[in-house]
Amino acid sequence: MIGRRTGNDIPLRRDGSVRLLPWLIAPMVYLAALALAGMLALHGVLAGWDRGLAGTMTVELPAARDAAGGDAAVAKILALLRTTPGVTSATPLDRAAEGKLLEPWLGTAVTPDELQLPRLIDLRIASGTRLDLGALRARLAATLPGTVLDDHRRWLDRLYGLALSVEATGLAVVAMVGLAAVLTVVFTTRAGLAVHHDVIELLHLMGARDLYIARQFEREAMRLGFSGGIAGLALAALTLWGLGHAAAATGVLGEEAKLLPDLSLVIWQWAALALLPVAAGVAAMLTARLTVMRALARMP
Amino acid sequence: MGSSGKGESQEVVRFENVGMRYGTGPEVLRDISLDLPAGSFHFLTGPSGAGKTTLLRLIYLADRPTRGLISLFGEDVSRLKRRNLADLRRRIGVVFQDFRLLGHLSAFDNVALPLRVAGVAEARVKKNVTELLDWVGLADKLNARPVTLSGGQQQRVAIARAVIARPQLLLADEPTGNVDDTMALRLLRLFEELNRFGTTLILATHNEALATQRRYRRLHLVNGELTSETVRRA
Repeated sequence: MIGRRTGNDIPLRRDGSVRLLPWLIAPMVYLAALALAGMLALHGVLAGWDRGLAGTMTVELPAARDAAGGDAAVAKILALLRTTPGVTSATPLDRAAEGKLLEPWLGTAVTPDELQLPRLIDLRIASGTRLDLGALRARLAATLPGTVLDDHRRWLDRLYGLALSVEATGLAVVAMVGLAAVLTVVFTTRAGLAVHHDVIELLHLMGARDLYIARQFEREAMRLGFSGGIAGLALAALTLWGLGHAAAATGVLGEEAKLLPDLSLVIWQWAALALLPVAAGVAAMLTARLTVMRALARMP
Repeated sequence: MGSSGKGESQEVVRFENVGMRYGTGPEVLRDISLDLPAGSFHFLTGPSGAGKTTLLRLIYLADRPTRGLISLFGEDVSRLKRRNLADLRRRIGVVFQDFRLLGHLSAFDNVALPLRVAGVAEARVKKNVTELLDWVGLADKLNARPVTLSGGQQQRVAIARAVIARPQLLLADEPTGNVDDTMALRLLRLFEELNRFGTTLILATHNEALATQRRYRRLHLVNGELTSETVRRA
């Protein structure tokens, strides 16, 4: 058909080095997706822990000589706690429940009372209440010396520290993968510029503006970056699904043994991962444009 | 002199003491000074290696001179911004000695390039390109790739591409080298037609017969120096 364009002015699609780009971008997006998925999952787990422990504390009473003494001490502390403003409930841990917790290690031969274990009280605080923990600790110690109030903060802070380190590592991985992708596009574009130098010079001499030439490179880079990104994301999704499936199959994530929290991603987190191919395409496009514009600026 | 004598009020090309060397090599052009008025027709002659192609490359802004001053359409090109240089290049058509057709594009698309680069609407591109290819006798080769065309046909495509945007200055490096005498004459008439409508022409040729057949001004280069009929208007 007359007038139908037979192709781009610059035959980039015939260029072997450019055709290689999706194969280089795909593994990079794959790695970035896994790193990002790990970060997002960890973020979700931390938020869950934070939510779970928000407004809960544990009061630990020193072990009594006998059950009666222990019950009396619990009653004294309960009376104090239940009259403390902001406390919604104070529930002593059932002795039978304590025994059940110890059963896997000690069997049924001994009871918690025989072992003189400390008594525990689960404390719930109304949301939004800022309890004066120092004052409460002092009152508890005055009522029953040796009583300890644990607000789980130390444990949670250590976990947060660990999680932050893991997240920072994940971010560093994503940044390094992104840098590698950008450099790949730079070298591929430079190779394209060298291979098609004659065509580019011809267009330049015809009065083509730098942007006219750069657009041909950036369109191709975006197409290839995006297709590589889609392939990388698909592989990453398959890997994540496989990991989740394998974990569920071993029961680690199952209901019966929740030693680890649920590491699966929610919809918005999948949506964030789905943006990776778009980001790869846009990054490739902008990199190609800048590389071409800089190279053209050196032409007479 | 046999110039067309139309619209020569302004120099389209002006060289002042221009010298050119590639890298650290010897000067391939020396002290070139010339004025080419608007609407003039010049043959550029000289033996191989005399510097004809280099001179043309300087005029179509493919190279910058090592020394001297070049003005095109009254503008000192060394002072122009990059954006303005592109505008200036659009006013110049070039027929390359080796044609420089894009092998992956059809004859139609090759000829359409200058119009598309300039952002001309596709409907107009289609009309103009089809008409011109018809005029140069390639109406049945619109979709043919250059590799399937003969040397003469490729040359006609190259000429059509150079003139499609009606340039104000047309540079042709051996434009009749691969065609028979009849086609050479026909192409020369095309150039004369363009010249009649105001296009300034520089036609580099080895074809003495062609150069003597028409009594146009002649720029004769020998060893990088202009030797004859290159009167610089005082």
